[in-house]
Amino acid sequence: MGKSGAAASQLSGRKRNGNGGFAASCGGSHKRFSERVFEQKELILLTLPFVVLLFVFNYVPLWGWIMAFQNYKPGLGIFQSEWVGLANFKALFGDSEFYIGIRNTLGISILKLVTGYAFSILLAVLINEVRVSWFKRTVQTISYLPHFVSWVVVSGIVYSCLSTDGGVVNTVLLHLHLISKPISFMGTANLFWGIMAGSDLWKEVGWNSIIYIAAMSGIDSSLYEAADMDGAGRLRKIFHITLPGILPTVKILLILSIGSILNVGFEQTLLLSNSQTLDYSQTLELYVYNYGMEMGRYSFATAAGIFNSVVSLVLVTTFNKLSRVVTGESAF
Amino acid sequence: MKRKKFTSRKTTGDLIFDTVNAVLLLLLVVVTLYPFLNTLVYSLNDPLDSVKGNLYLWPRVFTLNNYTVILKQPSIYTAALVSVLRAFIGCLLNALCSVVVAYTLTKKDFVFRRFYSYFFIFSMYFSGGLIPSYFLIRDLHLMNNFLVYILPAIVSAWNIMVVRSYIAGLPASLIESAKIDGANELKVIFRIVVPLSMPVIACILLFVAVGQWNSWFDTMLYCANNQSLSTLSYELEKVLQSSMTISQQNSSANALLPEKLRNVVTPQSTRATMTIVSIIPILCVYPFMQKYFVKGITLGGVKG
Repeated sequence: MGKSGAAASQLSGRKRNGNGGFAASCGGSHKRFSERVFEQKELILLTLPFVVLLFVFNYVPLWGWIMAFQNYKPGLGIFQSEWVGLANFKALFGDSEFYIGIRNTLGISILKLVTGYAFSILLAVLINEVRVSWFKRTVQTISYLPHFVSWVVVSGIVYSCLSTDGGVVNTVLLHLHLISKPISFMGTANLFWGIMAGSDLWKEVGWNSIIYIAAMSGIDSSLYEAADMDGAGRLRKIFHITLPGILPTVKILLILSIGSILNVGFEQTLLLSNSQTLDYSQTLELYVYNYGMEMGRYSFATAAGIFNSVVSLVLVTTFNKLSRVVTGESAF
Repeated sequence: MKRKKFTSRKTTGDLIFDTVNAVLLLLLVVVTLYPFLNTLVYSLNDPLDSVKGNLYLWPRVFTLNNYTVILKQPSIYTAALVSVLRAFIGCLLNALCSVVVAYTLTKKDFVFRRFYSYFFIFSMYFSGGLIPSYFLIRDLHLMNNFLVYILPAIVSAWNIMVVRSYIAGLPASLIESAKIDGANELKVIFRIVVPLSMPVIACILLFVAVGQWNSWFDTMLYCANNQSLSTLSYELEKVLQSSMTISQQNSSANALLPEKLRNVVTPQSTRATMTIVSIIPILCVYPFMQKYFVKGITLGGVKG
């Protein structure tokens, strides 16, 4: 097994406590552990490279968290850098920009969550109600398309659609006489949250609706037939059968996405923000990037990253538990 | 879809509902497609003329010049090659990993089953973060190295979980009978599991390929100093950034320098053209993969 095997048993040790170890958790075999390992050597050898890779790229960086407690100098490395204890965290919690970062992260996230849910469920209902199958398929195919395009492309599209000289949004608003002169969308800080939510909606609404459409096709058709008998109209059927029918799916997805509320979408934020919108666009992720990669304050940025990760993990586990209690389903 | 039978009686209410529904969905189609179409129009229009704006659905002064200028740059071909290579190698290795690990996880008597599950799932929710990962890549000497595109992306816990739930649904008797016939695990995986899991594998291949194709941040972070490792997405990002700076300067300086900006190509047309060049490959594979990924996301989506 070598190095990763040792690492593996070390890591799993904590989790096995109280479960009686592998032998108990692996069912009723009476063979010794080493015999079972030998028997399954093929599978172990086949998966070993992947376990090692995952360990290196996902677990080893956790070691880098030590940086947050040091005054890390890339030239010196982790072993020789000076220890500073919690100074970086103190500086972090004393930085007013950090709190603005938290506010922006939560603001954008919640706005995205609410609009994302509302519109993808609405779209799923609309698509579900189409009875002409070619139209249904075409609309679906087109609605997924932006999901496969990168944020680089989408941000280019956003910039050109929102531009003050001839951008389509300004043109439409001008023609409708809703505004008298073009709005500088990308240069107005307090429009940034809306632009984030709007562009995310444009990119992902069709994709997110897939899961609801799938849930809708699982609803018992006899319910609709019975409603037909009782003379229920389309809207009535939507509100009394379709929507309640997908409620479990909606609940579990909502609970799980609340867990990842601190992950706003780094690429999207980085590409759409600019110096003029910084007050409303500097999310926690961008904060880490700006301080770490741009200014070279590695230790400070790592401390901010740790804050982000830990809060996220607490949220994920809490809401996962909540999901298990409320809906009986959970991710793990 | 099956439950939707055409009922013979259609009330006025139904008619109104269907009309409103169709109009809303058509609106969605227009809103989704128009930006792409408009970008295409800008890429096919004369750059000097484009500056005047007001281009909507049809080029005013048609030209292929924007494309000729871009396709004349040798760097675009290296970038395209790097993009293709990373997409191709990356998705094959990721699919291989997903199938092998997922198959192992479905074996109830596997010794490390519990450990593997925790080990992979934990990684879905937790990572060291940007700065530690950056230093790891640096310490592994993967900076300015093609492998930085491939190695970190081989294992994806998410894809493993999706494939696992698919493989778990396959009839176990098939695998058992192959075992009785003397097949080893390798044979079982490639002769039985892989052919039976093609829909979900196709879905993984598409996701990873698109992800690799669209990826630019790793290029910027790790390979920015090596032009020969630049990708198409990163080139597009550079064009985008430079056109932003120019337009910002332009507006802040009250458009003092329009004459100077009017070169053979403008940032605006270059951006539009690069955008079209970079999304064409996606548009090409998209229709073929479509039928697979709906299945894939419904499988994976329930779990997360």
